[in-house]
Amino acid sequence: MLKFASEEERQVKKATRAALGVTLAELADEGLPIVAVDADLTGSTTMAKFAAANPDYTERLFNVGIAEQNMVDVAAGLSLTGNIAFTGSFAVFGTGRAYDQIRNTVCYSNLNVKITPTHAGVSVGPDGGSHQMLEDIALMRALPNMRVLVPADYAAARAALKLAAKTPGPVYVRMGRASVPCVYASDVELEIGKAYVLREGTDVTIVACGVEIREAMLAADLLAEKGISAEVIDAFSVKPLDEETILASARKTGHVVVAEEHSTVGGLGSAVAELLAREAPTPCAFVGVHDKFGKSAEFEELMSHFELDAPAIVKAVEKLTA
Amino acid sequence: MAELGRLANNIRCDIIRMLEAAGSGHPGGSLSCTDMLVALYAGGVMKHDPQNPSMDERDRFVLAKGHAAPALYATLAHMGYFPVEELKTLRKWGSKLQGHPDCNLVPGVEVSTGSLGQGLSISCGMAAGLKLAHNPATVFTILGDGECQEGQVWEAAMFAAHRGLDNLVAIVDRNHLQIDGDTADVCDPGDLAAKFSSFGWDAQEIDGHNIDGLVKALSAAKADRGGKPKVFIAQTVKGKGVSFMENQAGWHGKAPNAEQAACALTELSGVEGGEAHHA
Repeated sequence: MLKFASEEERQVKKATRAALGVTLAELADEGLPIVAVDADLTGSTTMAKFAAANPDYTERLFNVGIAEQNMVDVAAGLSLTGNIAFTGSFAVFGTGRAYDQIRNTVCYSNLNVKITPTHAGVSVGPDGGSHQMLEDIALMRALPNMRVLVPADYAAARAALKLAAKTPGPVYVRMGRASVPCVYASDVELEIGKAYVLREGTDVTIVACGVEIREAMLAADLLAEKGISAEVIDAFSVKPLDEETILASARKTGHVVVAEEHSTVGGLGSAVAELLAREAPTPCAFVGVHDKFGKSAEFEELMSHFELDAPAIVKAVEKLTA
Repeated sequence: MAELGRLANNIRCDIIRMLEAAGSGHPGGSLSCTDMLVALYAGGVMKHDPQNPSMDERDRFVLAKGHAAPALYATLAHMGYFPVEELKTLRKWGSKLQGHPDCNLVPGVEVSTGSLGQGLSISCGMAAGLKLAHNPATVFTILGDGECQEGQVWEAAMFAAHRGLDNLVAIVDRNHLQIDGDTADVCDPGDLAAKFSSFGWDAQEIDGHNIDGLVKALSAAKADRGGKPKVFIAQTVKGKGVSFMENQAGWHGKAPNAEQAACALTELSGVEGGEAHHA
């Protein structure tokens, strides 16, 4: 049963990246053969916390230096000797710089490697466009054998990392740098291939993932004040997508807005559009970054500049349902 | 050792037959690394069991230069990993013998390769994983010399030395040719032994066609756990054993036609035990 954050938990803001190191340690505590491979960002990704959790884990964290291609293939080799290997770095380097390694070694060989970088999307903020990865979901989703999970908050990130560890084969878990309010209860359990209806509605379906879940929930409140009833779905499992849940909602409401902190090319929006075009053609709108690179600013400013926030979702819904 | 020479010669014949049947593939780099594969798999260097390809204590082999797949396939088949008869299915629809090795299809292939530059990193991960597990097995890998133009090779070289992966033995097939010509003309890899040595490896030059020498050197490298990874820069002849293919860049990725194959097989069948190659 899906468990939501209590009123108290909702006041707590935490970054999804903070889940990485502690969850790896917890999985290792359970006896799973976890290894972590990072590229000089063990503090930022929090992988250092895995190594620090137990003296036995120190040797299970491999810092390869600034060498993301080597990072992914060292993880591949570690997985071939019986380990569950997690990779780090920032999403821009951890997926983009090492794409061929992920494609030709991890996915083509179908290895037990989990691509789990942090600082995805605009959440890396002031570092600017070079570091704001907005194409990673598209890149990872296109790969055979890869599953793509985009958790909404800290608790969902912990659940996603546990699912990754316990699901044989390649999994991508997208985590961010920004501190975001909790949506789920701290011990929430999620399933790969399931989407979750967080709020029921009848006029429009908002399908979202990652930090856009918070925005979608706020947007649903704002829309309710305007007399529009929005259903909000967390499609945290971008691949495989929960087609049944999304189709049922689209057929009910007749309008679908997809929101993601990602390019509108190739991400969750594309996945939902492909599904609807095939099974239930439905008018759609896409909230995301429209074929642009990011820019330096604080996370919240960027959410507004790139029209990723709740008011932007409200605008998209009003235009679609007018 | 004459027996190993005969095996190498049989494998070379199979490479020619496979490529002719496939109508495409890479003869030059397959023929140049054949003797090293024979030394590793048949010369007693590697601990392996064709009846139990996933046994925990096996030594691991990674063909970093995945385009030499025909040489690996023929070696594995002669070792008994799968029927020699299957070799003729190379590159055909439904075959387990893909253009480049697929570990999910071919028994004995540890990891899929084909994208150059990745094999040494994967081998590093395996070597590190074996050490974590206190498994005494050794990881062997064969890289191309042109492959050493890939930057990732040097990321891996730095990592292996930093981690003291003395259970890792690399061989560079130094045949001096790549698709576009002489490696020295395309983008000179230079003195590879000096380069690896400066990265903290034990590096040695070796004759890549002297099977006896390869067996001795590779066995010694396997036994040596002195804290450093080891690399052999194996001087080889691209297209070795087929006169019209030897030292010809044009035979990197071109299959022989029926007439050329017949000519190559005649030459190879005239070689006594393969030992004549070493002279």
